[in-house]
Amino acid sequence: MKMTGAQALIKALEMEGTEVMFGLPGGCILPAYDPLLDSSIRHILVRHEQGAGHMAEGYAHVTGRPGVAMVTSGPAATNMVTPLCDAYMDSIPMVCITGQVSTSAIGTDAFQECDTVGITRSVTKHNELVMTAQDLPMAVRQAFHIATTGRPGPTLIDIPKDVLQNSMEWNWPTDAEVMDSLPGYRPTMKGHPRMIKEAARLILESERPILYVGGGVLKARAAEALRELAELTQIHVVTTLMARGAFPDSHPLCLGMPGMHGTASATTAMQKSDLLIALGARFDDRITGKVSEFAQEAKIIHVDIDPAEQGKVRRPDVPIVGDCRLVIEEIVKAIRDLLAGGAVQADTSMWKSRISGWREQFPLSYEPSEPGEALKPQFCLEALRDSAPEDTILISGVGQHQMWSSQYWRFEKPYTWVNSGGLGTMGFSVPAAIGAKVGRPDATVWAIDGDGCFQMTAQELVTASTERIPVKVAILNNSYLGMVRQWQEMFYEERYSEVYLSPDTPDFVKWAEAMGCVGIRVDSPEEVQPAIDKANSIDDRPVVVDFRVAASEKVFPMVPAGFGNDDLLLPPAQMARKEFLR
Amino acid sequence: MSIGSASNHPTYHILSVLVQNRPGVLARVSGLFARRGYNIFSLAVAPTEDEAFSRITVVVDVESTPLEQVVKQLFKLIEVVKISELDPRRSVERELLLATVRVTSDNRGQVVELTNIFEGKILAVGVEAITVSLDGNPDKIDDFEELLRGYGIVELQRTGRVALPKLDREARLRAVKGKSV
Repeated sequence: MKMTGAQALIKALEMEGTEVMFGLPGGCILPAYDPLLDSSIRHILVRHEQGAGHMAEGYAHVTGRPGVAMVTSGPAATNMVTPLCDAYMDSIPMVCITGQVSTSAIGTDAFQECDTVGITRSVTKHNELVMTAQDLPMAVRQAFHIATTGRPGPTLIDIPKDVLQNSMEWNWPTDAEVMDSLPGYRPTMKGHPRMIKEAARLILESERPILYVGGGVLKARAAEALRELAELTQIHVVTTLMARGAFPDSHPLCLGMPGMHGTASATTAMQKSDLLIALGARFDDRITGKVSEFAQEAKIIHVDIDPAEQGKVRRPDVPIVGDCRLVIEEIVKAIRDLLAGGAVQADTSMWKSRISGWREQFPLSYEPSEPGEALKPQFCLEALRDSAPEDTILISGVGQHQMWSSQYWRFEKPYTWVNSGGLGTMGFSVPAAIGAKVGRPDATVWAIDGDGCFQMTAQELVTASTERIPVKVAILNNSYLGMVRQWQEMFYEERYSEVYLSPDTPDFVKWAEAMGCVGIRVDSPEEVQPAIDKANSIDDRPVVVDFRVAASEKVFPMVPAGFGNDDLLLPPAQMARKEFLR
Repeated sequence: MSIGSASNHPTYHILSVLVQNRPGVLARVSGLFARRGYNIFSLAVAPTEDEAFSRITVVVDVESTPLEQVVKQLFKLIEVVKISELDPRRSVERELLLATVRVTSDNRGQVVELTNIFEGKILAVGVEAITVSLDGNPDKIDDFEELLRGYGIVELQRTGRVALPKLDREARLRAVKGKSV
């Protein structure tokens, strides 16, 4: 069957199961937007290309399916660099289509030309400039295959305008043909049996084990397997920022988030452990603190599908390359075999009582506001959490509000938490929330944002209003770039440099209303609950709640950058008893 | 290049990287070194016996520990099929040098003699210059280049080394197992 490259592209996207894509047309991608009119694919027209990228990420986060974004050449492609890098850092499956100037014009500094594959080379798992229409179906198949297998990540297909216009004979490569075309790409799925046995042996021998769970567990859909392993061995679990929800916060074995702003018990339990079972985690600097002082007595079992993560930061005693779900299931089996053969798990009761001591002594805490004082952001989060309908998905931007969200929310199910962990992209939450809501229209989606973040990408609420995507945004508005302010207060002798935004500009309520949303302003504690109830009751348009919160509030605990995790700073009220953290 | 030879550097490593013969692969490979601030000492690329693949022989001056990470990152490139780190003691290495040397009627004979001793070739002879070529082990090329310097080098080009494991003893593939082709 003869068709144009553009028709083949859209057909190939349909064949790959694309139901929705996020994008914005322009010169070079114009041919692809014409067959889109006749396609089953829903296209969401964004207001800025960065928004399309983050929406695709949010969609992928909550559905597990690749997010698809399509934009034009030049500035559109460069606007896509941030979301691509964000998706690359957080291993989000995403396929991005960019238009390119015609093949004869490439390299001539043509209008809206840029070297898209060159610019995005280091922020994609793979990218490809397609030079003939005939190659388009294979390029699409490869892009989806690479984005979704192994360690997931973003891929990009750059398509010159004439390639979209040229005629081609439709073809759909088989799985075998796709594999043959990628001889260098064979992700290891199954763990090495000897290493799995060794891991099982170490786990049973350990007196102070901790399950250190990272985002890879969610990518591998391994939450159930993890729960089985934790319950079988009764080992406590820490879930990193990327893994919140992989293990229920209400579970007695859950210690919450470790690291720079983690709970004191999670961070300290890792620090004092004799065996860290790292599952799909990458020993990020926000987790380890000063690496040379990190968990010095711990042996390491490191399970990761990416061989390059093994030994990158900390040399593992037992490296296992493989898919987290398959490997965890094998480890569980190996432990059961050992136990059936008469092996006995080491006594961990001392360790457990130390952990429960820490949990009792050092819960997350903040000073509630006195009457007449400004609202506390943590209080707003607790109220939002306690009023949230079941299965609510929480999205956050980057900064103090992100840390409080991770700390104070209770994540019970996988894929209910979306944030920008690795790249730390301010402005992530509004578009990511829209993408998440498109992927999970049945669920309530709350975006927690800061006033700094919100001002970076808020215009996408116009997209949400016009496309009828009723997300809810809570701005924890302290008129500051709060996290930077916190560092300047603590580490730069309160010399505040360029962190004060404005107490009254913009007027977030008017701005929300101008974008077709409901805007609500909250100044005092009594107004919190009614505002949340009202927001939760609105389901026909986006809602923005502007919570005016205390500017001086800081995120605790905190391990200052460059320090070891033993040097964590507790909330002021707990500092006096820090000696119990041993 | 002020430094004569990679062999003088204890931290130099030879990587033999089998890649799909496609546009942009070299940029991906070299980019992984560049973003870490590592200099590529020499680089040779050409198709293999199967035109679908090319072999990149890259010599880098990097400590072993960071190199291990770069090698693992190289593996992640979709188009990289196999990587071997070649131990210089257990591989054969060859390089080609072309040089145009300033000569006078008095010392032209010396340059010709020197070239013959090294079993090189005279490619062109002019009134004031002579162009010679030499292929062989990189150490031998270094020595030859050093001796030519005394006469005044007008232009010089080396290819960068290519290498394969020795036949008699299996080259130690220190780095990693290859992905299967």
